[in-house]
Amino acid sequence: MKVMCAMSGGVDSSVAALLLRQAGHDVVGVTMKLWGGDSDTGCCSVSDVDDARRVAQQLGIDHLVFNFGDDFDEHVVAPYIDAHTRGVTPNPCIECNRSVKFARLAERADLLGFDAVATGHHANIGRSADGRYTLVRGSDAAKDQSYVVHMLDQVQLARTMFPVGGMQKADLRALAASIDLRTATKPDSQDVCFITSTGGRIAFLGDRIPFRSGTVVDTDGTRLGEVASVEMVTVGQRKGIGLPGGGPKRYVLDVDTASATVTVGSHADLLRDELIVDRMSWVDGPVHGSVLVQCSAHGRALPATISTAEEADSIVVRWHEPQRRIAPGQSVVAYDPTNTRALGGGICR
Amino acid sequence: MRAEAVEAMMPYLSDLYANPSGSHRFARRARQAVDEARDTVARVVGCHPNEVVFTGCGTENDNMAITGAIARRGGVAVCPAVEHHAVLHVVEQLSHQPRGQGRVVGVDAFGRVDLDELAATLDATPDVTIVSVMAVNNEVGTITDIAEVARVVRRHAPDALLHTDAVQSACWLDLRDITPHVDLLSLSAHKFGGPKGVGVLVERGGPKVDPLLVGGGQERERRSGTHNTAGIVAAAVALDLTDRERVVENVRLAALRDQLVDGLRDRLDGITETVPREYKVAGSAHVCITGIESEALLFLLDEADVCASAASACASGAMEPSHVLAAMGVDRSMALGALRLTLGQTTMAADIERAVDVIGAAVDQLRRHHPTPAVADGSAPTTLDPIASAS
Repeated sequence: MKVMCAMSGGVDSSVAALLLRQAGHDVVGVTMKLWGGDSDTGCCSVSDVDDARRVAQQLGIDHLVFNFGDDFDEHVVAPYIDAHTRGVTPNPCIECNRSVKFARLAERADLLGFDAVATGHHANIGRSADGRYTLVRGSDAAKDQSYVVHMLDQVQLARTMFPVGGMQKADLRALAASIDLRTATKPDSQDVCFITSTGGRIAFLGDRIPFRSGTVVDTDGTRLGEVASVEMVTVGQRKGIGLPGGGPKRYVLDVDTASATVTVGSHADLLRDELIVDRMSWVDGPVHGSVLVQCSAHGRALPATISTAEEADSIVVRWHEPQRRIAPGQSVVAYDPTNTRALGGGICR
Repeated sequence: MRAEAVEAMMPYLSDLYANPSGSHRFARRARQAVDEARDTVARVVGCHPNEVVFTGCGTENDNMAITGAIARRGGVAVCPAVEHHAVLHVVEQLSHQPRGQGRVVGVDAFGRVDLDELAATLDATPDVTIVSVMAVNNEVGTITDIAEVARVVRRHAPDALLHTDAVQSACWLDLRDITPHVDLLSLSAHKFGGPKGVGVLVERGGPKVDPLLVGGGQERERRSGTHNTAGIVAAAVALDLTDRERVVENVRLAALRDQLVDGLRDRLDGITETVPREYKVAGSAHVCITGIESEALLFLLDEADVCASAASACASGAMEPSHVLAAMGVDRSMALGALRLTLGQTTMAADIERAVDVIGAAVDQLRRHHPTPAVADGSAPTTLDPIASAS
């Protein structure tokens, strides 16, 4: 097959390209240039592109760089900034997968005559008895990334490959080291590529939106203190909300950017029986009933019952045990009761 | 690289390897080769041999001219927005320096510096130290009349230096017509069939700028660093041959370029010549193709062994949207379909036919996937009128 392998310059996608090559595919490596501003992490720095190119050279495959900066700005960065002004905390890496990697890049691959797009994600694509595609957790439980690729549907899965999904990370690194891939010992990237480790979210957002100070109140509306920027506060947060130490533990229950008010309360106040998830996408059509629900990249999947909400692409998640409130904007992904297959996901309201 | 230039450099990579700055007999032979190369370059450029400084590349020349001028005199550097990044980024960065300032002026729809805006900028800025205007644009091939620019600069900023980045000019224009109008002129050998890594900075009438590289004092202390003897010799051979063949090659390649662009226009809808032919050099074909993205087109062309480019590649290798087209007022959606094809000494008629076939087929393939309304519904393709779009 002719496969376009997205190469970020990290070890996972390096090994993905290697495995595709070993399997006899006609592989072209592609690095996407997404972010034009300051970056010291993630996939956009010149040194990461260099790493990807050098690995491609070592594997004897062609390497290209595609500039999807405009798409990234429009679909990832601008919504990220806008969300913060509304007190919503999005996951930009998931939006990048949805709108750039598995949309723009896949479309480009299609256009140029490739049969599939491969990435270095730790997830697996299975086939059910009736030939339907399934999205299965990565074999290395600690590295599983099915959560961040949950938006793939049948059409996309048919043209996607996750060559390293069946590997343990340690074996993957050992394989990379055994053929002296320059990325073998490169640390995993953890951060959002357009947020620098030195400046963080504050520096990034502070350059782009005016921060407003906010009032911190308890559930009765009693004023407890003040935060410097209400845009930087996230539901569930416990530290950095301008309250003196020593008292009872206080969690952010709600952020209302319109009135610049942060409501805090006890852990019990934070617990919810249900949540609504919008913009649902399904791996193989809508599912209802008893499932496991995961609300962060490496969070636990917890038992819940999902049912249709009033709106067409929304669902109601009813927890079997009350859970902490999930920050609006976070991705919520449903798994089957055996906790192996991702069924679909959306955005917490 | 031209075969004659390759041949000329070989002895200096083996038997005549000596450092031309040395004092022994082998060094003297190498020195003689550099001196003779300097004479040749001076003759083609139309300057005195003492005005020729051999450097490492065109970028070094551009940097030395501008930062060297500001280092020597402080003040303001001015350039048009379509300059090569080797000029433009230097001028832009000056705005952050304590002693210097940069001003970027606009261009017309063909990419030529707006002389009225230039004059107004010079009038409004009392301490302009250097003005840098390219003679031929590297992306779209537009020729700027440097004599005309010089008249404006001398009148509105009599104390300012005038530098021209003539890196793209040697194959197409007689440098002897340009040199008398400027103080500084930059060339790069790889643009006229010489080796990469050799630049020529012409600095007329004695030192005008501070050197960028200080050290052993080579090149009359204008540019320290051991001479690249083989490269300098080869550059001179290539420049001399280019100059001798220039008139004939201009006629030959203009005909082939016309055949290429006309062939594309006959073969495909939605092809716009970015700059009319009468305003540009013979070897440049630059078109904007509606309904495709250059990045995808370049991949298909590369697969079919047709080498082309779109704008200029950044450090990562990604194609950046062209700052030249943006400055000319070309719509961004149009610029995304830019294709830049360059003809040169080795281009033959058969190459043109093949290029038209390959590009035609590749564009068809891309448009089948993404039919854009303008092309798919059979209505007239979007046409760009560069004059209208920029005014």
